Amino acid sequence: MWPYAIRRVLGAVPTLFIIIALTFFMMHIAPGGPFDAQRHLPPEIEHNVRAAYNLDKPVWEQFAIYLGNLLHGDLGPSYKNHDFTVTQLIEVGLPVSARLGLSAIILAVVLGISLGTVAALHQNKATDYGVMGLAMIGITIPTFVTAPVLALVFGIYGLHFFGFDFFLPAGGWNGGAFANMILPVTVLALPQIAIISRLVRGSMVEVLRSNYVRTARAKGLPNHIVIFRHALRAALLPVVSYLGPAIAGLLTGSLIVETIFGIPGIGRYFVEGAINRDYTLVMGVVICYAAFVIVLNLVADILYALLDPRVRFA
Amino acid sequence: MSAPGLTTRNTETIERALDIEGRSLWTDARRRLVRNKAALTSIIVLSIIALMAAFVPFFWPYGYADIDYANIACAPDWWPGTDAACRAGGYHIFGMDQNGRDLFVRVLYGARVSLAVGFVATLVSLLIGVTYGAIAGFVGGRLDELMMRFVDVLYSLPFIFFVIILMVVFNQNFFLLFVAIGAVEWLTMARIVRGQTLSIKQKEFIEAARAAGVGTFANIRHHVIPNVLGPVVVYVTLTIPTVILAESFLSFLGLGIQDPLTSWGVLIADGKDHMETAPWMLVFPALFMAVTLFCFNFIGDGLRDALDPKDR
Repeated sequence: MWPYAIRRVLGAVPTLFIIIALTFFMMHIAPGGPFDAQRHLPPEIEHNVRAAYNLDKPVWEQFAIYLGNLLHGDLGPSYKNHDFTVTQLIEVGLPVSARLGLSAIILAVVLGISLGTVAALHQNKATDYGVMGLAMIGITIPTFVTAPVLALVFGIYGLHFFGFDFFLPAGGWNGGAFANMILPVTVLALPQIAIISRLVRGSMVEVLRSNYVRTARAKGLPNHIVIFRHALRAALLPVVSYLGPAIAGLLTGSLIVETIFGIPGIGRYFVEGAINRDYTLVMGVVICYAAFVIVLNLVADILYALLDPRVRFA
Repeated sequence: MSAPGLTTRNTETIERALDIEGRSLWTDARRRLVRNKAALTSIIVLSIIALMAAFVPFFWPYGYADIDYANIACAPDWWPGTDAACRAGGYHIFGMDQNGRDLFVRVLYGARVSLAVGFVATLVSLLIGVTYGAIAGFVGGRLDELMMRFVDVLYSLPFIFFVIILMVVFNQNFFLLFVAIGAVEWLTMARIVRGQTLSIKQKEFIEAARAAGVGTFANIRHHVIPNVLGPVVVYVTLTIPTVILAESFLSFLGLGIQDPLTSWGVLIADGKDHMETAPWMLVFPALFMAVTLFCFNFIGDGLRDALDPKDR
């Protein structure tokens, strides 16, 4: 396993390099520098400012300096949030985003597997059609629709029953309080719950028809053991291989969710940075996201090979 | 060259003699598609939306940028509840937006942009993906490996981020939006076409064409591409909603279409900002978008069943 993991990590280095190079040069094609909008400076001072940010050097040299700093974990100063470096901003935002994303993926996997299994066990019955209909809705309706609608229903109108008024916070983070996490995590997890439950239903239906499950039943094993110990284990493989794309989907979703619910994570930094043309911040976040995707894909692949003895670390 | 002409004439004579209609793969598929109720309904609904979007300036009394300062964010007359601040009156069946513009016409103009982006960007991805995949699969060998490795690398990039950066760097150019989204979506298309090409390449008729001296590119154009069209068509109907989503996503974040032009993403973003006082501003664009996405999904499923009957 270790040689495989090391090979995969080494294989990821060129990908990461391409990402860094692409974003860096795209930023430098952009018309106008970071200090153009400010009031006109005397030439000497402007020269000094440009020198301080290495902007007076050729682009190739700037790229080399950036790469060198990156290896030391220094992503440069933020162009718009003065007095902060990009690294500082990410250090603040990353735990928030990670907590949000991790909760969402756990919720999606648990609920998706349960719903998919239930649907498969009641194939072509009302339960099955109900779950699959909901899944279709979950897949089709985008996050930026579900987020405001859920915020409106639960955060502003509130739930009223038995004389109780029940509201969820429609925004803010509040240090990651449970109540503040319910809506964003739900919105983020919904499409993934839908996709995972469809995957599980499909593979479960197939597995339940396979010979070894019939054998297990013929041996007289109780139903729950057949399902949980024999069928489910094989039916989960597509879910594990879907985890990579799921993580990518969560990252994209987090841009929307963090913006709508006002959560101070790196997704919102990215959107705000892009709109304010804070290039260094945008680049830092892209690199951070890319590294995450690569590492988590690797984890998913290793998990897959551990679960499926037919897959060897090739 | 007389031999194929002769056979064609022969078949024609036989068909005329027997008075039977030839049924190609595509006629068959069309019949099966029309028999699929969900797909047929979706096609009809989509056509209605598209026609309304195309012809709305000819039959609707309000323009998409006409501002009525007296009726800012007014509810449509039929809106339930008594707490709406004001009623729009007139033909404003969807109410008014935050600038006093008719929401119905704006939703349909949003449909124009969303559908146009959907079709054009998908066309871009179709052209790139089919050409790329067919060449990689047909030529094979080291070129194939190189081309597909390139696709693999691109696959692992978080692409929506690049589209966002592109939009920022190039100042939200409308044309670039098409190209950027299309350039992201061609990867899967290329993989599908390559896989199909690999299996078609082994067939006898390709060998026959090669033996007859047909060159690589003529072979790809005349023999490979027509035969991979089935899965490609299915994937196209699934790409269009993905593209519509991507465009709305960008517009929602304020990086796509700019005012006074609009798209569903912009309308939903505006609706979100005013949902406490004017919920219709969120409901109608969201509804149109959801219905459209549903329709494309049903058509895609229907086409898959229609073109690949053994899968049912």
